[in-house]
Amino acid sequence: MADMSAPAGGLLTTSDGRPLKSALATAQKRAKRRAFLLVLPLLAFIVITFIVPIGQLMHQAIYNDGFSANMPRMTAWFAETPPGTEPDDAAWEALALDLKDAAAARSVGVVGTRVNYEMSGTRSLFTSTARGAARFEPPYRDALLAADEKWADPNLWGTMRQVSDAYSANFFLAAIDMTRDVNGKIVPMPEERQIYVSLFVKTFLLAGLITFTCFLLGFPIAHLLATLPMKWSNLLMILVLLPFWTSLLVRTTSWMVLLQQQGVVNNTMVALGIISEDGRIQMIYNQMGTIIAMTHILLPFMILPLYSVMRPIPPSYVRAARSLGATSWTAFRRVYLPQTLPGVGAGSLLVFILAVGYYITPALVGGASGQLISNLIAFHMQSSLNWSLASALAALLLGAVLVLYWIYDRLVGIDNLKLG
Amino acid sequence: MSESHNDAFVAFDRVQKSYDGVSLVVKDLNLNIAKGEFLTMLGPSGSGKTTCLMMLAGFETATNGEIRLDGTNINMVPPHKRGIGMVFQNYALFPHMTVGENLSFPLEVRGMGKSDREAKVARALDMVQMGAFANRRPAQLSGGQQQRIALARALVFDPKLVLMDEPLGALDKQLREHMQFEIKHLHESLGITVVYVTHDQGEALTMSDRIAVFNDGRIQQLAPPADLYERPDNSFVAGFIGENNKLPGTLEELSGDKALVRLATGELIDATPVNVTQKGQQTLVSIRPERVEFKTGMMPPGAHMIGAEVLEVIYMGDILRTRLRVAGSDDFVMKCRNTQGQTRLSPGEQIKVGWHPQDARALDPI
Repeated sequence: MADMSAPAGGLLTTSDGRPLKSALATAQKRAKRRAFLLVLPLLAFIVITFIVPIGQLMHQAIYNDGFSANMPRMTAWFAETPPGTEPDDAAWEALALDLKDAAAARSVGVVGTRVNYEMSGTRSLFTSTARGAARFEPPYRDALLAADEKWADPNLWGTMRQVSDAYSANFFLAAIDMTRDVNGKIVPMPEERQIYVSLFVKTFLLAGLITFTCFLLGFPIAHLLATLPMKWSNLLMILVLLPFWTSLLVRTTSWMVLLQQQGVVNNTMVALGIISEDGRIQMIYNQMGTIIAMTHILLPFMILPLYSVMRPIPPSYVRAARSLGATSWTAFRRVYLPQTLPGVGAGSLLVFILAVGYYITPALVGGASGQLISNLIAFHMQSSLNWSLASALAALLLGAVLVLYWIYDRLVGIDNLKLG
Repeated sequence: MSESHNDAFVAFDRVQKSYDGVSLVVKDLNLNIAKGEFLTMLGPSGSGKTTCLMMLAGFETATNGEIRLDGTNINMVPPHKRGIGMVFQNYALFPHMTVGENLSFPLEVRGMGKSDREAKVARALDMVQMGAFANRRPAQLSGGQQQRIALARALVFDPKLVLMDEPLGALDKQLREHMQFEIKHLHESLGITVVYVTHDQGEALTMSDRIAVFNDGRIQQLAPPADLYERPDNSFVAGFIGENNKLPGTLEELSGDKALVRLATGELIDATPVNVTQKGQQTLVSIRPERVEFKTGMMPPGAHMIGAEVLEVIYMGDILRTRLRVAGSDDFVMKCRNTQGQTRLSPGEQIKVGWHPQDARALDPI
């Protein structure tokens, strides 16, 4: 073999003496560059519309400069003195002047809101005191206490010290029903204000239940789709996909028409004498409504991965199992079901993750008991305007989903996922 | 039960099968298979052979008639209670189980204890020389290895009857031929009854005790391989098994086992009457290419020979395949053995060809 370059020192070279590896890289460079340019628009789109906002959201969860940006003198004083320092003259002066400036700049509401997150009932203290701040004269301590006695409260000063740092884990603490006491120690929220942990638990339980009902309803349909002759399976597939082509609002509204107390289902049952006129069942505007409507909406996401896994399973597997002596149930359990597991895993993960973050359907049909964590996130984004808390809740939700995803990968293996 | 069924291990009795209620896929099938027999169902696709196998396995129900196994009617017995081993076309090895688990499956569902199971699985794997592969997954095996495992799985629970549905179809030619012998040897050493379905006539001829040639939902001929090849009952069988020259003509004379046929071009040829009954009848004479002679000395005295023109000689190694124009048709083939001193014909040469009367069979015209 004269024309084969001998591997000197284990390195192969091309016939004109270049190292094989670099020759290969050069040869593939063009193709690689073209491939990169092809994915570039999507990459840019995802970075701009997905990665960056999520990064900002995460940042917002630990960063709130509502106090520090508008009260510079106070922030400086808190930075110079150790925690627990009694407010001295310099402190009172800083507070009075900062309030005066904030009132002039009309930003005192932001400051009051920030402190109010940590200590309720303080927003009005800031706004009302600031109204007279222009007329404050030294000694500032007396002027402020004359405006409101509450300024002497050491808890208030402790809280102000906490919020003077723009970076804070307090929103995450609030998101898991914890708070800091005056000394900065982490303690549970008062019982009547603990809502988030139980809501997280409820969200995951409901999402799990919805995933399970989707699996129960979707598995036979997917099997039928995979085994029916083409003519019928296409028709059935259209029926499965029909919900995708209908607006989410229309679907949800039709559930309202069907399920409300004066709705079609209740009327029919009363007419048939199954329930009495007084015994009409509350099927919507509660948890049940959320479960029914979301199962309906997420069902295709379970059916499609299942179908794509079932379609290529030849009937000869079950036949082989039967000929080997297995009853139809054993053949299903031992031979058919294990082969559909990648589809079950993919469908369940998809439905579960979608259900955990679902917002609009629970908002419309969930009533009070059917609200999920995302509805509360939306509330903090839109109504209470506590974006930091909303971000912390969203970050926790994202983290929990990622943890579940990781557990799934460890247990089942993400390679076993088959989406289509 | 009639007398003839008593010694039959498997019996199809007037079995009919229809899928749509309009046409019959299997029309009046009567077939008895003896214990220990290797019977092949051979036929083109759509001839009903696989349907028959599926009815025997229990995956299809007979629309009419009775299927008996060892004397008992099994029409209503579900597949898992029939105790029939089956090898599927694409092996159908369970992909999520190891080879050992695959083999253990039929024993497990029969409630066999763990140690017995392991012993049987090991024995079955050794039988197909795959003892070292118990912990592999089917996907890690080659086609031939998977084939052996499928075979071992169908045999591991000691079935009396094993069905094989084109089991070698996916293998390459060399491996297929090797596996044919291996299956044949297993059949002989285990003494099991095998019903084998294939569309490959070479496979059928190599392996079978008897072959049932299927076409159009009926058995066209049921005979041992040599009979099938040398004495086909009708034109379909003659055409389907092996290569075959067909000469259409009219029956000129008919006396006992001798017939004289006048071809369309006027020549007279000798033939053995098979399913012709009277003079003047249309017939199709079938002659195997290797039984055609062109040397007068090899012919019996008084036999007719007819003129032929050599069109093409193809050198195929062991034989010389010679295409001739005979009685106006261009596709008459003669196979000459490539022996020392064989006459080499060349295209354009005019010769005379003939055959022994028993090698030419006057059949029904298609």
